Amino acid sequence: MFKNLMSWIEYRLPFMDKMNLHVMQYPAPKNFNFWYFFGSLAMLVLVNQIVTGIWLTMNYEPSAEGAFASVEYIMRDVDYGWLLRYMHSTGASAFFVVVYLHMLRGMMYGSYQKPRELLWIFGMLIFLVLMAEAFMGYLLPWGQMSFWGAQVIIGIFGTIPFIGEDLTLWIRGDYVISGATLNRFFALHVIALPLVLVILVFLHIMALHEVGSNNPDGIDIKKDNDGSVEQTEADKKFTFHQYFTRGGKKIIVDAIPFHPYYTVKDLVGVAGFLLIFAWVIFFLPEGGGYFLEPPNFEPANPLKTPAHIAPVWYFTPFYAILRAIPHPFMGAVAMFAAIVALALLPWLDRGRVRSVRYRSGLHKINLINFCVSFVALGVLGVLPAVGIYTLLAQIFSFTYFAFFVLLFFYSKNEKTKPLPVRVT
Amino acid sequence: MMKTLLSAVALLASSLAMAAGPAVQLDKAPIDLTDKASLQNGARLFQNYCLGCHQMQYQRYSRTFSDLDIPEELGMEHLMFTGEKVGDHITNNMAPKDGENWFGVAPPDLTNVARVRGPDWLYTYLRAFYTDDTRPFGVNNEVFPLVAMPHVLQELQGVPSKTFETRLVDGQPKQVYVGIKTDGSGELSEEEYDRAVADLVNYLEYVGEPTKLEAHALGYKVMIFLLIFFVLAYLLKKEYWKDVH
Repeated sequence: MFKNLMSWIEYRLPFMDKMNLHVMQYPAPKNFNFWYFFGSLAMLVLVNQIVTGIWLTMNYEPSAEGAFASVEYIMRDVDYGWLLRYMHSTGASAFFVVVYLHMLRGMMYGSYQKPRELLWIFGMLIFLVLMAEAFMGYLLPWGQMSFWGAQVIIGIFGTIPFIGEDLTLWIRGDYVISGATLNRFFALHVIALPLVLVILVFLHIMALHEVGSNNPDGIDIKKDNDGSVEQTEADKKFTFHQYFTRGGKKIIVDAIPFHPYYTVKDLVGVAGFLLIFAWVIFFLPEGGGYFLEPPNFEPANPLKTPAHIAPVWYFTPFYAILRAIPHPFMGAVAMFAAIVALALLPWLDRGRVRSVRYRSGLHKINLINFCVSFVALGVLGVLPAVGIYTLLAQIFSFTYFAFFVLLFFYSKNEKTKPLPVRVT
Repeated sequence: MMKTLLSAVALLASSLAMAAGPAVQLDKAPIDLTDKASLQNGARLFQNYCLGCHQMQYQRYSRTFSDLDIPEELGMEHLMFTGEKVGDHITNNMAPKDGENWFGVAPPDLTNVARVRGPDWLYTYLRAFYTDDTRPFGVNNEVFPLVAMPHVLQELQGVPSKTFETRLVDGQPKQVYVGIKTDGSGELSEEEYDRAVADLVNYLEYVGEPTKLEAHALGYKVMIFLLIFFVLAYLLKKEYWKDVH
């Protein structure tokens, strides 16, 4: 009876077949390491944001008059409202932590290289939408930093010649940031952007499963079935969906089915992540003033500028680049270029070897240079732009962009180590 | 190259340490959210000295009473003065416009003040008033120069003034500022005043985040659960991965 029902459904909607294709018989390289936790963790945080977000909207009031008080109402009068709010606010920071580490993984192992360019582009689009989502969400508590941070970021668009003024007016829906701005940001934050985000994540995963996962060795696990590589006994142990062998044209080596092997492994990652996440939520919800900034516990006051306006930590690397350039519009261009440069990595990197394990010493140093520059810019973005800080921000902006320029030149004829045939 | 990078990072880290802070060294506030007697005294001080001008418009009387173990009848009798209901928010009737006219700036709401300023700032600020005839209310503040607020706790502290000592600086006798001393006309001794301010700040810290103790209590349980979950997840993974290795 049940079996009949299942096959009736399967005939009309091949659910089990798709599950096999993407989960139970999806071949994943067996050598994923620590760095491969962050994709699944990003999905976990996305779910956390959506679920806690839904519950927060039940008591949040999107108006300039009521927003701040409604957040306090959630914090004080709603049962476990404080927990929902802290899960959401900490989740925003956690999202960027895991996404930045996820991107670094891609850079270390060359996961953006052919044939995964489109996969990388979808990832960059997710990053872009995530930044918009976080920015608009930060306005909603209607605190001092919400207001003045938004003022600064919307002001960036105002630096564009000719259309800048009109553009900021269009974004705000008013001549100043007001209830009208809050209302539209609320609409975009709770439905428009999350919808785009979910669709992009779906496309990201579909694109991933089409080309297959990269791995720390950066070598293919789907080999041409021409006798050059033989499957071992271990390789023959598992069944993979026939889609991946392209009708016998490919053989799959060193792979294991995603489920159950990586589902149970990711579960360990989830537990480890939740330990840190819960620790922050329950014991450090303000994140030392970086996740929830102290001035944001004061309602927005258009007449009182805070002494020091700093965006939330996850924007500060780009904010530091913006401030490092003396000319406002060129600063905005540089900031945007910093993100575009990342998106163009598949074409800036002209190397054939993906993983940093088999690339030149120069590339290793350059990658360290990128990490140091990014973190240093992040720190500088929090600090006021005075004296030595401005100079340092200029130096690290230079080294940040130097990463891409250098990569473009040395990657063409880079001296690399020989690649193994099988994953190590 | 690595060396330059490392030294740049080191420079950055050291400059972080001296990043903008208040000009005055802040004293550490002895915060203890489990000290109900201290919190109750803080609530009493707030109702008697602060509420006239400052509201706690997001905190309800009933919340304060239940969290601080104050019986409702007792609280209503001793801490509620103008016939509010116990479920009401802790507010006053000063119109913001009046506040602006009287003080130059409307007295801010204090529900979240401990989260905006930090308890150490509040603890130092309330002990840093000193007489200054150039100010409208005759007092100024070391932590918040030119503050618009009068020294409301003067009847407790006495009249505070800055004291100086003559010391030899570079071989020259100079007047050096050593701190604030009261004339002893207050109801409380110096230690008692510090204790009273500590109680008040303790209460403000509690009101800033009334769920803090609840969060900690729940947090420990969640952490224990997650630790067990982590171990089990790890063992499960190990079991499954026997096939792979």
